[in-house]
Amino acid sequence: MSRFVLAASALVLLSLTSLATRAEETPSPPRQQWSFDGIFGTYDRAAQQRGFQVYKEVCSACHPVKHLYFRDLADIGYGEDEVKAIASTYQVTNEQPNDQGQMFQRPARPSDPIPGPFPNDQAARAANNGALPPDLSMIVKARDGGPNYVYGVLTGYKEEPPAGVNLLPGMNYNEYFPGHQIAMPPPLADNAVTFADGTPATVPQMAHDVVTFLTWASEPNLEPRHRTGFKVMLFLIITAGIFYAAKRKIWAAVH
Amino acid sequence: MAQTRLSTTSRVIRWIDYRLPFVGMLQHELYDYPTPRNLSYWWNFGSLSGIMLVVMIVTGIFLAMQYTPHADLAFDSVERIMRDVDWGWMLRYAHMNGASMFFALIYIHMFRGLYYGSYKQPRELLWILGVIILVLMIMTAFMGYVLPWGQMSYWAATVITNLFSAIPLIGQSIVTFLWGGFTVGNPTLNRFYALHYLLPFVILGVVLLHLIALHRFGSNNPLGIDMKGPQDTLPFHPYFTIKDLFGLAVFLIIYSFFIFYAPNFLGSSDNYIPANPMQTPNHIVPEWYLLPYYAILRSVPNKLLGVIMAFGSIGLLFVVPWLDTSPVRSARFRPVYKWVFWLLVIDVIALGWVGANPPEGLVVTVGQIATFYYFVHFLILFPVIGRLERPRPLPGSIATAVLQGGGGARLGGAGAPLAKS
Repeated sequence: MSRFVLAASALVLLSLTSLATRAEETPSPPRQQWSFDGIFGTYDRAAQQRGFQVYKEVCSACHPVKHLYFRDLADIGYGEDEVKAIASTYQVTNEQPNDQGQMFQRPARPSDPIPGPFPNDQAARAANNGALPPDLSMIVKARDGGPNYVYGVLTGYKEEPPAGVNLLPGMNYNEYFPGHQIAMPPPLADNAVTFADGTPATVPQMAHDVVTFLTWASEPNLEPRHRTGFKVMLFLIITAGIFYAAKRKIWAAVH
Repeated sequence: MAQTRLSTTSRVIRWIDYRLPFVGMLQHELYDYPTPRNLSYWWNFGSLSGIMLVVMIVTGIFLAMQYTPHADLAFDSVERIMRDVDWGWMLRYAHMNGASMFFALIYIHMFRGLYYGSYKQPRELLWILGVIILVLMIMTAFMGYVLPWGQMSYWAATVITNLFSAIPLIGQSIVTFLWGGFTVGNPTLNRFYALHYLLPFVILGVVLLHLIALHRFGSNNPLGIDMKGPQDTLPFHPYFTIKDLFGLAVFLIIYSFFIFYAPNFLGSSDNYIPANPMQTPNHIVPEWYLLPYYAILRSVPNKLLGVIMAFGSIGLLFVVPWLDTSPVRSARFRPVYKWVFWLLVIDVIALGWVGANPPEGLVVTVGQIATFYYFVHFLILFPVIGRLERPRPLPGSIATAVLQGGGGARLGGAGAPLAKS
């Protein structure tokens, strides 16, 4: 239903921008089922927490989540003490020097941003064969196709490129990455992590969970947005009905 | 208008109005204001646009309180609004999608004017003021799009400002002057922010003139004939206030759908990547509402000529009242123009499609044909059809056409409270 309204609005508004990407050769990744789809969509807390684990144990070796703070983790179902405990496992440099004028390291607090793996982009490139691992806190919003695209890239690796494709040195073949040659080696392998809730850590499962986590990282206010939207729409539809009735009544005499 | 008979008995209001004839003016212009009784819902879009302007200014002011106009900080400050400011996500999505809604409303409003000949004598200046508003809106929207300092912001700023380099001899100097440097950078962002804050208030001023011009002769109407007396009109309130309110509620449903359920549908995902002067995006594409101009620009092989024609496509609108030679306003009574109008609508949509796609193969051909047709429509078809066409007979008055059954008996009447023409 929401998809229908979306399509209809698209036509009305002549929003042709989405056509622009269609001309490219890269196939568009298949649609997945997401808990946050549709007008009542919410994030699956268990998937978010598993996704955070995948990010922490796998992705964070190379990718930062610059816009996330430890305190944000309360949103995905961690209690205050759990957030503190997670934060305290990281060391960060205090923003201010100490009384002797020395910068110093301390355990992170919930009010700190989650630190990335590299001090700067140059260090990130130097450690990754010249390629810069992008920030993941916006990745789902910053790519056409959103969650389906990120899921597609994570699961779209082929060990052998199709005949006739020459990979550059250090590159990997990915079905859904534009141009198919991606510097990131396949990040996920079965049982790369062990989930506390006993969920089998298959590649599709981990990809699904980490994409749920990253979608939340990109769009942390999706749940209040959907909830508010529903109330606003309900209010407006009733208001429109009342105005229409009033209009009929007022105009009845002059028709 | 000071002496308008005030319907209030309040002595306070009468005392004030005697010295400051504002209440009486409002009563005259917004309450008693005689409005053609046959306005259709197409006449809602003026008032909706006016309301949209206010929504943009209000959301914009609150965003400005949290935004940092610096090349190193702008992107993160926008994300901070989205994540940490209370209701910041709603303000920003309302502002961002509001721009699209504003243009959608304005384009419908303008096509309404073209169909019903609302620009014809004596409403030429009313139309021209409207075109000035469009030009100011395009400038404002473009500069606003640059502010988040994402990839598309940066590269759109680069591409559009570079258009001025097509001017012979002094072009490059003008571009450097616009940038405030030798590349798009922090000075560019700062001046765009200052102007983006200023221009909406300029628009507000021109809207006021638009309204004064409108209220001089009142709204045009679907029949395109003049109001000849009280039997042809209804007071603005309550007939058109309620009709406008109903239209507003319907519009807000569509607008809210985008804010709450598809906030990024009309935008480009590239703009969530921070600006990077070292890396050009694959396709630099403007927002949907600028695509037709962009298509015209790219359809002309010569850069200078392309720029002239893109600007000319809007410039032409200024002289529409004199290009159209038909004595009849409404396309309802113009058997040929009625169809040609829809060709223009299709042509503009085709240009939008061309602008959204990479210029290869079929896209180029369609773009060139559509660009050619756009100019033919205004420069050749408009004057020629006006002369050759034999209009159908006009009804004697609005009242006779509307009240006695007849073709136009369905009273639609939406009035744009403020801006109808």
